[in-house]
Amino acid sequence: MKALVSVKRVIDYNVRIQVKPDGSGVVTDGVKHSVNPFDEIAMEEAVRLKEKGKVTEIIAVTVGGAKCEETLRTALAFGADRAVHVKVDEEIQSLTAAQALAAVFKKEGTEIFFLGKQAIDDDAAQTGQMVAALLDLPQATFASKVDIDGGKATVTREVDAGLETLEIDLPAIITTDLRLNEPRYLKLPDIMKAKKKPIEVVSLADLGVTAAAALKRVKVATPPKRSKGVMVKTVDELVTALKGKGLI
Amino acid sequence: MSKILIIGQQAEGKLNSGIAKVVNAAKAIGGEIHVVVFAADGSAAAAQAAAIDGVTKVIQIDRAENDHGLAVIVEPQIVALAKTGYSHVFAAGTTFGKDLLPRVAAKLGVQQVSDIMAVHGATSFDRPIYAGNAILTVEAPAEPCVVATIRLASFQAAGDAAAAAPIEKQTLDVTLPTHTRFVKLEAQKSERPELQSATRVVSGGRALASSENFSIIYSLADKLKAGVGASRAAVDSGYVPNDMQVGQTGKIIAPELYFAIGISGAIQHLAGIKDARTIVAINKDPEAPIFEVADYGLVGDLFTLVPELESKV
Repeated sequence: MKALVSVKRVIDYNVRIQVKPDGSGVVTDGVKHSVNPFDEIAMEEAVRLKEKGKVTEIIAVTVGGAKCEETLRTALAFGADRAVHVKVDEEIQSLTAAQALAAVFKKEGTEIFFLGKQAIDDDAAQTGQMVAALLDLPQATFASKVDIDGGKATVTREVDAGLETLEIDLPAIITTDLRLNEPRYLKLPDIMKAKKKPIEVVSLADLGVTAAAALKRVKVATPPKRSKGVMVKTVDELVTALKGKGLI
Repeated sequence: MSKILIIGQQAEGKLNSGIAKVVNAAKAIGGEIHVVVFAADGSAAAAQAAAIDGVTKVIQIDRAENDHGLAVIVEPQIVALAKTGYSHVFAAGTTFGKDLLPRVAAKLGVQQVSDIMAVHGATSFDRPIYAGNAILTVEAPAEPCVVATIRLASFQAAGDAAAAAPIEKQTLDVTLPTHTRFVKLEAQKSERPELQSATRVVSGGRALASSENFSIIYSLADKLKAGVGASRAAVDSGYVPNDMQVGQTGKIIAPELYFAIGISGAIQHLAGIKDARTIVAINKDPEAPIFEVADYGLVGDLFTLVPELESKV
């Protein structure tokens, strides 16, 4: 069984982002980028399934500009066998990315598709669900446990009320939550080996995808700052302050 | 004129409390506001939806398959309904809404607007990006329809209606998939206020150091009639279950009063509490980033300060 894993290049999660003064976006030049943390978890899960003999081949896929090649190299170092780069120079949104990913999924004849539950840049949390809808396949989002056996997956999902378990028929789409696994550290020999693994570059046109109408970005602003707080010395001082404001 | 369809998330006959907030977001647009309830028997939840001020009609779709609110089951039914002339389809930004709505958007061929935090007009909205460190204003195409989830922490709940809206039972001729089966739900039973609607929340972090030590957090919360939350570190360390996690990847909350106890204040945690009215931080590290956003900060050992605080409130 082939597994597909999507990876997205995002600003590193430790970076304090800055909004551009003209409101056109956030500063990305010269800022550290990494693989979206949820996608590392997706990658790790696919690799573990391969180690258990349930997956025979892992294909990493990304949709984005030239710099996304380094993201795919990281996925290859993780253990992907090969990669597909859907090269798009302009900014694309979730539905268009989902159309491209669904096309790759079909073309490659994959049976299971792991994606992160959300990307930490746009925080949209849409792509996996959209891919599943476009392919009319089952989805298990926010997965914290995945068992695959006999053409089915049993997935535990993190939902507001607790943990929900679903049984889904393969092929299926699974999006990964933080607690699914602990991604491994990359080893230098694997990083070296990854340089030799193949990356196929395709365009949206090659996949027969026409970009869906986009949400127009009007502006990006810095959120209002909270006013400076006060440091209190004792519990009594804190209690007095909170009582004074009618909070307790 | 706008015609807004709100997905009336329910479980076991109880309408999700967030729906009244989604109705308020819809009221900012104006027009007709319909709430649709999918259940095996949605009578109770439909009556609750009909009692929310601003709702003009409730649609009740009873079908055995709707029992567990699975996204793949509900989606084709919403898509069929949406195509009957709705300008907007809204859901709460809960795990249910986030799971379901992108499927609906993809089937309708539209980009979804996630986590609306402000409504400027029928197609103009603000939403947070980069863990809430930037606010994006978007203009969504009006055609064929606007599909969006509403960030519950950003809206007040609509009040009670003077007169209940009419409830219309409908049947939809839609074939539902069988590829997804509900197995079980392990719910965390709690007598405490629900995190996302609590007016006061007490959260603990890694510094609690054990599951047993969390009892001082519960104890303070009970005294304050507060909900209990946690940082990711506390969840990952196994001190508390994951549904208590507050932050970018957990729950986004906006209580009147928030206590961050033994929480350093990573960007991802702050994303979940930025809209709290008053933030109190107790931490032994005076350099902890939580103090940059706290309205009141107290430096010291939480194991002595928290019991003292409990005895004095």
